Amino acid sequence: MNRNKTFKNIPDFKLSPTVDKVGVEERVARFQTRSIKNESKVQGLKLVLNMIDLTTLEGKDTPGKVRQLCYKAQHLHDLQEGLPTVAAICVYPTMVAEAKKALGNSGIKVASVSTAFPSGQSTMEIKLLDTKFAVDNGADEIDMVISRGKFLSGDYNFVFDEIAAIKEACGKARLKVIFETGELASLDQVRRASDIAMYAGADFIKTSTGKIQPAATMQVTYTMLCAIKDFYRKTGVKVGMKPAGGISSSKLALHNLVMVKETLGNEWLNNEWFRFGASSLANDVLMQLVKQETGHYQSADYFSID
Amino acid sequence: MSRLEILKTYKIFIGGQFPRTESGRYYTPLDKKGQPLANMCLSSRKDFRNAVVAARKAFGSWSEKTAFNRGQILYRIAEMLEGRKTQFVEELVKQGSTEAKAKQEVELAIDRCVYYAGWCDKYQQVFSSVNPVASSHFNFSALEPMGVVGIIAPQTNGLIGLVSTILPVIAGGNTCIVLASENLPLCAITFAEVLATSDLTAGVVNILTGTEKELVEQFHSHMDVNAVIYAGGNKEHALAIETGADCNVKRVFVYANDFTKATDENPYYITDLQELKTTWHPIENVGGATSNY
Repeated sequence: MNRNKTFKNIPDFKLSPTVDKVGVEERVARFQTRSIKNESKVQGLKLVLNMIDLTTLEGKDTPGKVRQLCYKAQHLHDLQEGLPTVAAICVYPTMVAEAKKALGNSGIKVASVSTAFPSGQSTMEIKLLDTKFAVDNGADEIDMVISRGKFLSGDYNFVFDEIAAIKEACGKARLKVIFETGELASLDQVRRASDIAMYAGADFIKTSTGKIQPAATMQVTYTMLCAIKDFYRKTGVKVGMKPAGGISSSKLALHNLVMVKETLGNEWLNNEWFRFGASSLANDVLMQLVKQETGHYQSADYFSID
Repeated sequence: MSRLEILKTYKIFIGGQFPRTESGRYYTPLDKKGQPLANMCLSSRKDFRNAVVAARKAFGSWSEKTAFNRGQILYRIAEMLEGRKTQFVEELVKQGSTEAKAKQEVELAIDRCVYYAGWCDKYQQVFSSVNPVASSHFNFSALEPMGVVGIIAPQTNGLIGLVSTILPVIAGGNTCIVLASENLPLCAITFAEVLATSDLTAGVVNILTGTEKELVEQFHSHMDVNAVIYAGGNKEHALAIETGADCNVKRVFVYANDFTKATDENPYYITDLQELKTTWHPIENVGGATSNY
């Protein structure tokens, strides 16, 4: 796996390319018209399962809830054979140790949000401590939020330096940078945030916290995928993508896979480089998989509670 | 100069919205003279699935509404129906009914709405019970709605058949997916417009048009449908539903009457779609002079 680093020579982010919104919408609409045959659909759905960061980020989270989620991550639906596990569990820093213990050597990663998630309104010192705490507890991946207030007021250097500092604090853990695109107002800003994050050392760029609507729309994800493509062409460094929030149906997840394949190619079509941040998507995918096998539409009554 | 009449596009009713069928297909039922009535959506299994999703989503809030509130909303349906009386009469006449019969059918439909509106907050008292048991328990049985109900409406009598099968189901707190009469579907969609303006929670009633033959399998095989009412009058289809419903042990009810008689309404149509839940509550003494509750 090649890893990103903080770049010394950085472009002027004020000159990040602008985005043709109408063009993006037309392109995105076309991803949704691909006809996917049943056999490919089953493969696609299994791939989706394997790309999920099963997430619980609530004030009411308890160690018990986290253990339950970790169990689900390893046993998605035991009645169905040949299912993969999810890619990772995504929790708050205080739950990392519990998740790590519950997952054992299953190979499922533990991702922790940090930097005063979800608002990011805190001091640098606290954000660094937050990150270190998660890493020390064994987090394999860190999902940080950018300071949207600073970003929107044009202080791009601050945002860049903050990401770079957190990247350093991450050590071996992979860094995902959350933009909270629902607060960034335009696709131009999404593109700019993507450029800043990637040059600052993000291993993944991620759309949203899941706390703000709209979250991972296909337009936003597509804009970020294009930024990743341009960055790869310029620097030769691969960056991953994680749409999060609002992707709760299999259909939408498959549309996303089509978009990744047609934008970045097969190299990105694995959980090393593409993830879904979701809590209820897994059950919908499972229901679709069982439907493909039995021919009957399924009921949530027969699947585990999220 | 005479003006061109604006013809209505009859669409299906899912989750409080009027989408076109996802399949993009349509069919053209004919009136008695062989003239086309309208272009109707030929619903597919995906429309059925979408309708089930909408019905399941609506079940929580609809079943938790107070019985009194459900009654008010059903009464509101009657009010809206009354206001559109002439439109329904016209449609029934178009579909081959006589003026007098059509008027009678619409009025019966309105009265039936009021009838079931009244039952909403009464069936529970009448059909629940406190049961005598031979131990120190307070033992009682109460009714709970079954959940999502699939309804195949009668092929004859486009309006009264539809109304008579839907109302007792929703009066009891269930939500439903209804397949309207294949040849007489006009009133079904106009009735959907009535429902859409009656404060009914979106998704409580979902109405599809299309062929029974194509969709009957979906009604009994979908795992998220809890009960099926079959009033279509085709014995083969009724049998298919009864045998196919075992996948998740759906309740199946086959109604053979045409609902045109004033006596075709009773609270048992409500209790058909209710499960009886019995609770045993430990207590010192029940009844008699030593009772202390």
